[in-house]
Amino acid sequence: MLEILLDATVRAGTPILFATLGAIINERAGIINLGIEGLMLIGALAGFAATHSSGSLLVGVSAAFVAAFAAGSIHAFITVQLRGNQIVSGLALTMFGIGITALFGKQLVGLTIDGFERVAVPGLSQLPVVGKAIFNQNLLIYLSFFLVAAIWLFFYRTRWGLAVRTLGENPAAADTCGVPVNLYRFLAVTSGSGLVGIGGAYLSLASTPMWIENMSAGRGWIAVALVIFAGWSSPKALLGAYLFGGITAMQLRFQALGTTVSAHILQMLPYFFTIIVLVISTLRLQKGASQQPESLGLPYDREDRK
Amino acid sequence: MKKTFLLLLLLLSVCLCSSGFAAQPEKEIKAGFIYVGPVGDAGWTYAHDQGRQEMEKLPFVKPSTFIESVPEGAESARVINGLVRKGANLVFTTSFGYMDATIDIARRNKDVVFMHCSGFKTAVNVGTYFGRMYEPRYLSGIVAGKMTEKNIIGYVAAFPIPEVIRGINAFTLGVRSVNPQAEVKVVWTQTWFDPGIERDAADSLLDVGADVLTMHQDAPATMQAAEARGAYVIGYNSDMRHFAPNAFLTAPIWNWGALYTKVAEEVKTGTWKSEQIWWGMKENLVQLADFSSKVPAEVQALVGEKAAEIKAGSLHPFAGPLKDQSGKVVVAAGQIPADGDLLGMSYFVQGVQGTIPK
Repeated sequence: MLEILLDATVRAGTPILFATLGAIINERAGIINLGIEGLMLIGALAGFAATHSSGSLLVGVSAAFVAAFAAGSIHAFITVQLRGNQIVSGLALTMFGIGITALFGKQLVGLTIDGFERVAVPGLSQLPVVGKAIFNQNLLIYLSFFLVAAIWLFFYRTRWGLAVRTLGENPAAADTCGVPVNLYRFLAVTSGSGLVGIGGAYLSLASTPMWIENMSAGRGWIAVALVIFAGWSSPKALLGAYLFGGITAMQLRFQALGTTVSAHILQMLPYFFTIIVLVISTLRLQKGASQQPESLGLPYDREDRK
Repeated sequence: MKKTFLLLLLLLSVCLCSSGFAAQPEKEIKAGFIYVGPVGDAGWTYAHDQGRQEMEKLPFVKPSTFIESVPEGAESARVINGLVRKGANLVFTTSFGYMDATIDIARRNKDVVFMHCSGFKTAVNVGTYFGRMYEPRYLSGIVAGKMTEKNIIGYVAAFPIPEVIRGINAFTLGVRSVNPQAEVKVVWTQTWFDPGIERDAADSLLDVGADVLTMHQDAPATMQAAEARGAYVIGYNSDMRHFAPNAFLTAPIWNWGALYTKVAEEVKTGTWKSEQIWWGMKENLVQLADFSSKVPAEVQALVGEKAAEIKAGSLHPFAGPLKDQSGKVVVAAGQIPADGDLLGMSYFVQGVQGTIPK
């Protein structure tokens, strides 16, 4: 049972994980992105449409990345170049995503594709308990493992990562050191958006291989909250996404097993844990361990000296 | 000036209030629909939209307006009002949560006919309509009971409301009528529409050994789960067999066109009056989709027989004796529960494994 539960946890958590990683890259560079939900839908639709017409899942995932990258560049243009309000622009992006995917997705409803299948890692997939959950998954899940490590290494072990983090903390300082603030911020927003798009593609290519309007069903908003829970760190994002996915998977399985615990109490658990987690992380913050980028949400203008 | 204005307003309101609903023949029908989900959900809203399109084939029906994904509750009143303003003379509100908004807008627009799906409040110009989905659900239960080998059948259910509970019970009674050993396990998702959660709920039932699944959800995720794991599946809402070509057996489905066409004709001729329509298989509002080739001929024949009995009125899925989960008799032998009891059903029958959250 534990093995099945772990497996379901990873599967339910992965789309949220991709979206959270994308949002972390955005916010590390100082740009809040509330368009995650819309970007997920754009990724889901683009991924499905491309896979359906080309027959290749790789093309689908690339298309999801590119489409969300392009949509993210709208947000980047408004917030970085025009220094517009990041909250408003992000919300607009979500609404834009919901609307445009509904419009272009109409003729794709009811079509089917062959989605991602499990690929077992020889040997390791036979490990007890964790073998199935970690080493017998689809390629997108392996990609998410890789990204968690790669993003952490990028931010904490490379010069470029340090530069991007500085953009979130003190863009003026980065500017003084010759870091091209606007270019780096632009790239952080667009590539982060691309990752969110892959999270959406996970839904339409792996979880339920089909396109349905609004199929992200609020996962983008969970990702927005998980960024704070994760303290803008990719390994903790993995923890948060799996925690959320795991509790959802667990309550469904408790019901299937026929426990006598009320389904309402079980369904409350994910949100109950969210509250507990927020309390814990806020308590940590009060001890001075603030991880929020200092300049998060603030537009940067070189001429605007403070 | 102000006084004249007030007087005018008063006069106007008196006129509006006194004009009760009198059925007038309409030259043409301009219908408006509000949907709770997107037309592209491949399920509940999709089925309604198919019905709308069938109604539009009538020569006197003008192209109708529909608004998708309208949230239930107060927000819907604004949308319904918008349809009326645009000149709709027949409005269908297709989800339970639009009930109060429908009644409210209808009170102020007596010359418009409103039809509200699945509710219980009516007015002179508001009728309600729904289908006896439990009839084809019972038949699909017979199929499931015959096809299961492990005697464990999984049911992915949305919300613990009477409509869903009634479906689970009818299905289970169908299962038990041919296979008294089989159990129906229920998992609540607490959402009408979330493909990810639905898929996960279906997987959780497969994990505990279910080899036939069915569902009361708006998305076809359960179908895909069964297909991926080599189980059988019975759909719902609309014929979704292409999502699960190997797993699909049959599906209890809606045929709203039958009702929408009739209502449009009645409004056109001026014979419409407010009533609570609850049609079944006899009127062809609910049906069982064509069987897949996986269903053996003798099972198809048996279901055909039972379907004929239901249409003739000689078989009622909830006819007594009927016992709830605890073994208490809820319908005495020889009794048939009244429609009111069916509409408020809040217990599980024997054979269902699961609890109704209180």
